[in-house]
Amino acid sequence: MKPKVAIFDFASCEGCELQIVNLEEAIIDVAKLVDIVEFREAMKESSDDYDIAIVEGSIARPIDEERLKKIRAKAKILIALGACAHLGGVQRLGNRFSPDENKKEVYHMARPEDISDGNPYFKEPRHRALDEVVKVDYTIPGCPINRVEFAKVLVALLTGKKPPIPDYPVCVECKKKENTCLYTVGGVCMGPVARGGCDAICPTYGGECEACRGYVSHPHEKAQMDVLAKYGLTAEEIMNRKTMFTSRYTEKKGGE
Amino acid sequence: MGKIHIDVEHLTRVEGHGNIVLNANSGKVENVQWQVPEAPRFFESFVRGRPWNELAHITSRICGICSIGHTLTSLKATEAAMGIETSEQTQLLRRLAIHGENTQSHILHVGYLIAPDLFRVGSVLPLIGTHPDAVLKVVKLHRLANEFSDLLCGRTTHPVSMAPGGFTWIPSEKDLRNMKMRWAEAVEVTNDVAEIVLANAGGLPSFSRETEYISLTSDDEYALYDGMIGSTDTGKHPVEGYLKITNEFVVPQSTAKYCKHARDSYMVGALARFNLNSRHLSPLAKHWAGKFHLKPINYNPFMNSVAQLVEFVHSVEDSIAIIDKLLAKGIDRRERPKVKPKAGRGVGAVDVPRGILFHDYTYDEKGICRKANCIIPTNQNHNNIQKDFEAFAPTLLDKPGKEIELNLEMLVRAYDPCISCSTHYLKVKLVH
Ligand code: SF4
Ligand code: SF4
Ligand code: SF4
Repeated sequence: MKPKVAIFDFASCEGCELQIVNLEEAIIDVAKLVDIVEFREAMKESSDDYDIAIVEGSIARPIDEERLKKIRAKAKILIALGACAHLGGVQRLGNRFSPDENKKEVYHMARPEDISDGNPYFKEPRHRALDEVVKVDYTIPGCPINRVEFAKVLVALLTGKKPPIPDYPVCVECKKKENTCLYTVGGVCMGPVARGGCDAICPTYGGECEACRGYVSHPHEKAQMDVLAKYGLTAEEIMNRKTMFTSRYTEKKGGE
Repeated sequence: MGKIHIDVEHLTRVEGHGNIVLNANSGKVENVQWQVPEAPRFFESFVRGRPWNELAHITSRICGICSIGHTLTSLKATEAAMGIETSEQTQLLRRLAIHGENTQSHILHVGYLIAPDLFRVGSVLPLIGTHPDAVLKVVKLHRLANEFSDLLCGRTTHPVSMAPGGFTWIPSEKDLRNMKMRWAEAVEVTNDVAEIVLANAGGLPSFSRETEYISLTSDDEYALYDGMIGSTDTGKHPVEGYLKITNEFVVPQSTAKYCKHARDSYMVGALARFNLNSRHLSPLAKHWAGKFHLKPINYNPFMNSVAQLVEFVHSVEDSIAIIDKLLAKGIDRRERPKVKPKAGRGVGAVDVPRGILFHDYTYDEKGICRKANCIIPTNQNHNNIQKDFEAFAPTLLDKPGKEIELNLEMLVRAYDPCISCSTHYLKVKLVH
């Protein structure tokens, strides 16, 4: 029997699911190893019977929490797909404000009763990662995920191996590509503390790394020390400078 | 005739979460409703306090399929706010990037999401067995469109080479020449795919309802990157006055905002662009529009998928022409944006795959965003979907429940909504 896989999404841009679609013909190979029983973005079928749940998106409201808990109860293995599921996504930046302030700013044209906590669609939205609500077995990081890595993780899981997610900084891959370091041109880059595995795609195209894959496991020890030293920086400093994807680590309870 | 209750929760094969609810009794529709329950993410609120060079990267995450469009609209808004000029090279490369997104998004929608409806199957997977040749052609075009986008943006989903003022990485002449060759070769496959769709277009319901169409419009070109706001009802309007067009409002069954302008509702997207701008289409695109009997103004929302196919052809031909222009001028790969942040407000508009998109930012003197408004195409369409439902559902009631459900789902899918959303779960209750 092939293991049954279901793919679910919560608050997200669905870009990570799109990377699965973008596997193109390789998805046909994946379909040989597993039975995809639910994938809302691409198919009509749905099922309550699955072994592996792959979940994209952050968890915002009580109705989302409930749904995630149901999925967790049915799945033997639950995989968090992408930065929204892993870290809470860029939308987590909204936690700097109260839910009421966010609602007022965006839905100022609404009747207050339509967007109050009495309406479950609008009840207490605060974006969190999956593992703040349920147990997560594996995480595929990135915004979006790297589709090659996705296929590798799935194959590893199916063959009983440990999924291969790197734990070294983005700088390692960036240096291998002989890119000009962005700190030499006045940039601010999270490369020294960000978890690699994306082939340093942002610095390679001249953009600053925002650590969309989160930090390496122990950023104070595993950071790229030579780069930090060269520009007179500490891991702590750069972790406080940029928070597009990493406010999970710096967020203060109850807003700022 | 008995009671019909249809509840298609979390519609499949749309980018996002939507529910359909239909209640009918004795041949009369009591209630038909389009609901969008996805969790609000509050982009316009949380970009406040973020610096000017983060805005495009953050708002790109509004939609994974339209991420190039959001990036470009965001860049244009920031550039308008700070008075930043862009070079002709930048503008041509950005026009190519839009074609990259239009081709990948349209072929994904028509080939992977609409085709299963025409063949009455649940996804593209069964078609791999029954129509392998056609599926492989679609896959080939989709892959090429993605590689084209990768070349221009560094990455198809969430671009990494674009910044306010220009590009931080620019493709080589060799790569562009190679891309042009591949598109030229792909014209034949494109024609084959269009033939297949044409042969099966009978599966598209013939339904029409008069409505207003809104898109960018221009005297010089098939407007996607630049132009004024055009309406089939009220003519041309300046982009800066977009709030007078969109008139957002909130309904309790939906976390997405709704819009209306001259009538109850309006439609944006490929069909709207076609209805306003078809005279500027490329020759082969015009040829295919003719084969499908698509003429402006066409009021059948199901023809949106056909308009997408026509636009796909246009994007291929226009990309080849733009690459020729770039190569004739020569590429300056070292050109880099230079920006000095300053205070101001700016509006950007781009017509992205699903329709006209607006970003509006206000910055302080340090370049920190203080106020933002983003009006996405799908939100502009919700109200039109609801009005179509109200007109379409009563014509379906004598069909079997499964067919009613499929027809309503197909109607939503025709709009290619990207309501970023979850599981799907579907209840049909027929009471006699
Ligand atoms: S992680 Fe990024 S690409 Fe993936 S769903 Fe979230 S916003 Fe989209
Ligand atoms: S800091 Fe950034 S640009 Fe510099 S080497 Fe590390 S990843 Fe590359
Ligand atoms: S370079 Fe940084 S921001 Fe870019 S994909 Fe890699 S981890 Fe994410």
